[in-house]
Amino acid sequence: MSERTRSAKKGSPSADGSVPPGLTDEEGRRLLDFYRRMVVIRRFEERAARGYTQALIGGYCHLNLGEEAAVVGLVAALDERDYLFTNYREHGYAIERGISPERVMAELYGRVDGVSKGWGGSMHLFDVDHRLLGGYGIVGGQLPLATGAALAISYRGSDEVVMCTMGDGTTNIGAFHESLNLAALWHLPIVYVIINNRLGMGTTVEKSSAEPELARRAASYRMASARVDGLDPLATYEATRAAVAAARAGAPFLLEVVSERLRGHSVVDPAKYRTAEEVEALTSHDPIHTVGARLMVEGLLDAAGLAALDEEAKAIAERASAFAESSPHPDPSTLFDYTYATPVANDLHRLPGEPLFAARPRPTEVA
Amino acid sequence: MMAVMTFRQALHDTLRDEMHRDENVVLMGEEIGVFEGSYKITAGLLSEFGERRVRDTPIAEEGFTGAAIGAAMLGLRPVVEIMTINFSLLALDQIVNHAAKIYGMFGGQARVPLVIRTPGGGGQQLGATHSQNIELYYAFVPGMKVVAPSTPADAKALLLAAIRDDDPVLFLENLALYNTKGDVPDGDAPAEIGRAAVTRRGSDLTLIGYSRTAFVANQVAQELAETEGLDIEVVDLRSLRPLDRTTIVESVKRTSCAVVLEDDWLTYGIGAEVAATISDGAFDYLDAPVRRVAMAEVPLPYSKVLETAALPSHEDVINAVYQTLDAVGRRRPAARR
Repeated sequence: MSERTRSAKKGSPSADGSVPPGLTDEEGRRLLDFYRRMVVIRRFEERAARGYTQALIGGYCHLNLGEEAAVVGLVAALDERDYLFTNYREHGYAIERGISPERVMAELYGRVDGVSKGWGGSMHLFDVDHRLLGGYGIVGGQLPLATGAALAISYRGSDEVVMCTMGDGTTNIGAFHESLNLAALWHLPIVYVIINNRLGMGTTVEKSSAEPELARRAASYRMASARVDGLDPLATYEATRAAVAAARAGAPFLLEVVSERLRGHSVVDPAKYRTAEEVEALTSHDPIHTVGARLMVEGLLDAAGLAALDEEAKAIAERASAFAESSPHPDPSTLFDYTYATPVANDLHRLPGEPLFAARPRPTEVA
Repeated sequence: MMAVMTFRQALHDTLRDEMHRDENVVLMGEEIGVFEGSYKITAGLLSEFGERRVRDTPIAEEGFTGAAIGAAMLGLRPVVEIMTINFSLLALDQIVNHAAKIYGMFGGQARVPLVIRTPGGGGQQLGATHSQNIELYYAFVPGMKVVAPSTPADAKALLLAAIRDDDPVLFLENLALYNTKGDVPDGDAPAEIGRAAVTRRGSDLTLIGYSRTAFVANQVAQELAETEGLDIEVVDLRSLRPLDRTTIVESVKRTSCAVVLEDDWLTYGIGAEVAATISDGAFDYLDAPVRRVAMAEVPLPYSKVLETAALPSHEDVINAVYQTLDAVGRRRPAARR
């Protein structure tokens, strides 16, 4: 999204420092609540990055840094009964769905108290009670699944909605087209959300998408769509509410949320493909700064309040990592617990060094 | 009570019965409704159950297979038809990276009670891309179950088991088997997935196959019993994952030699796994190397002459049996005449 679009958004602090229009009381309360949540995600993700450098977290680790406003605005627009499918950049979504930061961090640490019992890791958070149905590491893999979940809802005639988030790069994979086509054909209750942070790893949207205004792709399926400023949590929330309402009425929706990725693709990516100017601009767009500043301008938060809120978030992150570190590692004896849901004959429980069949004694020589 | 029916009829009737039994059983796939299925397995089901339960899909294997997986996560029991196993490659990511992973990767929180029905089989001059037997791609993957019936009775019993199983099951059919006939017991008796069957007892040699090759194995064993007085044991694998290694090994311990039949390529094929299993479990009992009869290592040509040359024939199986018995030495067929 261009600077023009962003600064034109209602209520967004603009780059030229002009004061945005005021908020209603309800909007003010909501923005304060959103901000508190955003700061929790920010501090959680920073703590996760530290856990990674401490080698307490392994594998890949993708952070929601810069996307906090989008995450909070999107999830707040869902009802508890609604389902969320997302990708591998999902720690913030899990927390926003109501899963305790302790259990999320424990999963990053690969411990038994993790949301996926240490089987999933950072990319595969799942909690059936909070209706977070993954956490998927394969780009685009979640789209057909989410579409099918919406099909099951539609089949049963119940009124939940499925939200399926993805990155901008995902719009170029075949599963995107196949899924949106099916959802539109079958009138499924689903909102597809593109988090457009303008970079798929290091490749820009313009370099990867022949139609870089990604929301316009919905036209191929006669699907309604919208584009919203993902650095503005209230705008994201309102746009998502409208999208969810449409989906609940059986009209799938494509919502493009234009956001920022403050750091590299994952914790190990130094993002050298960004220019110094781009990095500079990122800081001024950081939603934690802009929303915090707005709350101060609106008189909803003073410096002390902001600091207190930040301390609270840091304490939550610290508690999460302390909990994660104290949670036990899974026992190797549980290795074969989750291959099959229905136990099956001849399921092989063989460890790498073990023979398939017990060795027979060497035949003794006949005298 | 028994009824004689075709493999096709057994599949059709079982699908229909399961749809009556359980509202969560839904059918999805290309041309399964209005067109009644490329091989007519779903004939009449759209008119009986309606579009809600018999869902024609666009040509989008990844999309509709993935959607079936997602629907299964919410408790439906979709039975997906993929027109031939060749087209399942379009859905490989959804099957391998998703259906097979979801139960384990999320610590057992979500089940995927999904059946993918799909036929393999060459020999119909369909060319390189439409004649493959790639079930081993799925049999390779923990989290998947792969079953491969060879008789109408097993088609029913294994389909019942697959539909009622809470894991993703690839249900392998075969174009050449659809019109074969056999006794099918009435009643509700699902098979146990993961069990092979000794379909014919014998002491001279173990002949191992699955799906069409199990049918061939029984045919050859019967023929050689009649013409040569040979006493061949047949193991029908029935389940490719899990693989019933015990039944294979126990049979070879009785016969001391084995020939494995497969319609896929030899290199890295199902037969390789079976042969390795025999080596692991019955090494001391073997009197001859395990022989494999498998496709030539080429993309299958269209020309009838070339296609015939590339596919395992009846004679290939008989020759492999003779040569293995020759290698055993003490059981030359000629000596029995």
